[in-house]
Amino acid sequence: MSKQYETVIGLEVHVELATKTKIFCGCSTAFGAKPNTQTCPVCTGMPGSLPVLNKQVLKYAIAVGLATNCDITRYAKFDRKNYFYPDNPQNYQISQLYLPICRNGSVEIEMEEGGRKTVGIHEIHMEEDAGKLIHDEWEDSSLVDYNRSGVPLIEIVSEPDMRSAQEVIAYLEKLRLIIQYLGASDCKLQEGSMRADVNLSVRESGAQEFGTRTEMKNLNSFKAISRAIAGETQRQIDLIESGEKIVQETRRWDDVKGESYAMRSKEDAQDYRYFPDPDLAPVVVSDEMLEQMKEEQPEFRTEKMKRYKEEYGIPDYDIEIITGSKHMADLFESAAALSGQPKKVSNWLMGETLRLMKEKEMDASDLRFSPQNLAKLIALTDSKAVNSSVAKEVFEVMFEKDVDPEKYVEEKGLKTVNDEGALRSVVEEVLAANPQSVADFKNGKEKAIGFLVGQTMKAMKGKADPATVNQMLREMM
Amino acid sequence: MNILDMTAAELSATIKAGRTTAVDAARAMLERIEEQEGMYHCYVTVDSEGAMAQAREVQERIEAGELTGPLAGVPLAVKDNLCTAGLLTTCSSKILGNFVPTYTAEAVSRLKKAGAVILGKTNMDEFAMGSTTETSAYGATKNPWNTNYVPGGSSGGSAAAVAAGECYYALGSDTGGSIRQPASYCGVVGMKPTYGTVSRYGLIAYGSSLDQIGPLTKDVTDCATVLEAISAHDSKDSTSVERQDTDFTCALQDDVQGMRIGIPNDYFGEGLDEEVKASVLKAAGELKKKGAVVERFDLSLVEYAIPTYYTIAAAEASSNLERFDGIKYGYRTADYAGLHNMYKKSRSEGFGEEVKRRIMLGSFVLSSGYYDAYYLKALRVKALIKKAFDEAFAKYDVILGPVAPTTAPELGASLSDPIKMYLGDIYTIAVNLAGLPGISLPCGIDQKGLPIGLQLIGDCFQEKKLLRAAYAYERARGAFQLRPGTDKRMERNLPNGKQTKGTEGAEKIKQTEQEGQSHE
Repeated sequence: MSKQYETVIGLEVHVELATKTKIFCGCSTAFGAKPNTQTCPVCTGMPGSLPVLNKQVLKYAIAVGLATNCDITRYAKFDRKNYFYPDNPQNYQISQLYLPICRNGSVEIEMEEGGRKTVGIHEIHMEEDAGKLIHDEWEDSSLVDYNRSGVPLIEIVSEPDMRSAQEVIAYLEKLRLIIQYLGASDCKLQEGSMRADVNLSVRESGAQEFGTRTEMKNLNSFKAISRAIAGETQRQIDLIESGEKIVQETRRWDDVKGESYAMRSKEDAQDYRYFPDPDLAPVVVSDEMLEQMKEEQPEFRTEKMKRYKEEYGIPDYDIEIITGSKHMADLFESAAALSGQPKKVSNWLMGETLRLMKEKEMDASDLRFSPQNLAKLIALTDSKAVNSSVAKEVFEVMFEKDVDPEKYVEEKGLKTVNDEGALRSVVEEVLAANPQSVADFKNGKEKAIGFLVGQTMKAMKGKADPATVNQMLREMM
Repeated sequence: MNILDMTAAELSATIKAGRTTAVDAARAMLERIEEQEGMYHCYVTVDSEGAMAQAREVQERIEAGELTGPLAGVPLAVKDNLCTAGLLTTCSSKILGNFVPTYTAEAVSRLKKAGAVILGKTNMDEFAMGSTTETSAYGATKNPWNTNYVPGGSSGGSAAAVAAGECYYALGSDTGGSIRQPASYCGVVGMKPTYGTVSRYGLIAYGSSLDQIGPLTKDVTDCATVLEAISAHDSKDSTSVERQDTDFTCALQDDVQGMRIGIPNDYFGEGLDEEVKASVLKAAGELKKKGAVVERFDLSLVEYAIPTYYTIAAAEASSNLERFDGIKYGYRTADYAGLHNMYKKSRSEGFGEEVKRRIMLGSFVLSSGYYDAYYLKALRVKALIKKAFDEAFAKYDVILGPVAPTTAPELGASLSDPIKMYLGDIYTIAVNLAGLPGISLPCGIDQKGLPIGLQLIGDCFQEKKLLRAAYAYERARGAFQLRPGTDKRMERNLPNGKQTKGTEGAEKIKQTEQEGQSHE
């Protein structure tokens, strides 16, 4: 009879902070610039250069700590982590080991089977990102791009409190939402602004001791994380079942092959010779600063959901979806305020927006259209300047390119014809051309009017209000 | 008076008065460097063209009335661990043998803004690690008082350049005595300010928590003038302090009435040369005569300063020097197989023995399992040493003692025994550990004809007290000759008012240079 196993998981999550400049110098953090164009003596490790902490990094780190119920360290320090690698220009990374900025936090996650669970946060620390190595196979050489060197990161280290892939995803989604609500990062796994390393061990159900853990790297999507957890759990169980030992090691996940391979074991782990960085003054968080930060914390999801229900009276399901993304919630609130029609805004988001997002495999944070343009489109439909099918057509363009719907409708001549004379003559032509349908309608076949409305709309090239057409047809028959 | 024999302040006043120009001063200095460098080797790089270009520009701006400060047009030398844009900056190491920075150290920038003219970069112990300037990859500097002796270190090139009259003043850096000790050996004034007073931006770090930039000058007036010019808060250095009291020249007053001066018994124990001891105590006597209250006391913990210093400085250095890997700049080995081999060979070939010794020591004290026993313990002792000084400064305004146990050792005598060399730092090191200001100024000459240095130590941010005491002592002592016979400052400035005339000074230079050569 096979034994029952429990998976024990802890996460190390790196989040790239959304500051305009790097953590220790004034260089831009913008993504996608030409290699080594966003660099200076500090972030390329030139001799004699000195780091100066970007205060916004500290603010973001504290904000995330407060939102995750952490104790904020009032006297924190930066430490140097020493290791030689070309992407690390000083050959030490400035990080925090001894006195990290946040400790002892927690977040609550929703369980699949219902109920909630608390996942502990061991610590959150600030650190600098490394540069990027580009291996040129053709020349058999490597090139370094230091644009990313010094981009600010926080690392959120959880306690080993998770027991399944579902809990891991719920935890990550919760963190992502909190951080997005704070505006501290866009947290995109695919683009690397959120990276999760999975520490995983298995043990027999009911056992008190943890098993030997491995650390899995290179997980670029929730799907990859789920697959890696399943794969690693099985690999470890197989080893145990066959009487082999699990080696404490770092493994790299290959999502294409659906398997992992060992990168380095604990035996060849480096001694990082951590020590406090003498170039940086200790970070002292004053009472005033902490109080101010607490006051400045934004409205988080739970409060927002409650307020939406009271203020806008939209369905719970809509609230759930809309508040599931900070960007969408912002979009909703602005458009609702501009249009004065929260329900209609919600309908556009829940209907067309979700449909197009799904079709284009987009994330809510990627939505490009502005609340102003959505409000304008709602105004156009309210005034019956466009009918609903034209509105959908316009929305699709707006969704792509954030066009101004008023201008677009004008330019493309999509405005509903409200000239009754013109419409009446078209209706007359339609009635004359379809005597059979007219007869059917008169004989009580209610369905026939649908056909006639369709013919009229077609003749009007869609630029009529179907309800008005319907009304006119009935009158004229 | 010949312009070559002037102090920085005197030269600046002479230029301002229109009696000479920055161009003439720079040219005269460059000519003297050309004549003497074969003997002393104070410089790693002499920037003749650059200096002349700067001098011409500065002179124009002086004449236009744009530059009016006390250092306008005065040529100086800069220690080779301070970055200078467009000018080779080697740290006297092979590993930076081709390094030309794109930026300038803040202290140097401030001087340039004040109209300084940079003659070149001075020799030093490699990465400031050493007390003799013999660990330089570019050859040792000789003591201008006697070329068989070392000039001290690590700012030996700067001290020797001032002493040999190859610049009007120089910048050095002091991590454990690297300004004060060579100043003492070369008979010039050297000051290490309170940690955080001068920006470290652009100073190639040795021990970041201990390093401070400071002046080496011909007299105390120049020392205060230069320090005033380079002290300022700098947002590019997180350890830079904001202070309002950097008008150091205000402290140049011949008044020590009632000043409380403490002489630590610990600084006069075993190992201190008798001649040095006598000179230093005589200096204390001079200050007493002027009304200072001089007392002996026990400072304690002095014996722990050296191991504490070498643990902390080496730990920081081991990390600070990691960036020199042959990848981005500096020396890279010619042949290598793969990344790690390249690191290994570039660093093995690029660093000298003393640097490697300290990198190994520093890596060891930071390694897992030893960190608490060595590095953390050293930090605790450092805090205790600071506390001992705090207690002393509750009683005294200034602490007075020797700079080093002996005068300059002979060339080659220290390298064979690094521990002995380390022990030579005993009186200077605690000042860095406690972040205090300290000044070294000449107080005598021993029987070998080598200068003896007096050290005054102040509490944090009390540079003015130090400068006042130093200035008062300097007046009592009378002006000190630079290198034997080069100029007759002693005669010129003696309190009895006997002054030499400029024309005579020029005659004497010729005569004394011949004497100087006879030392070879």
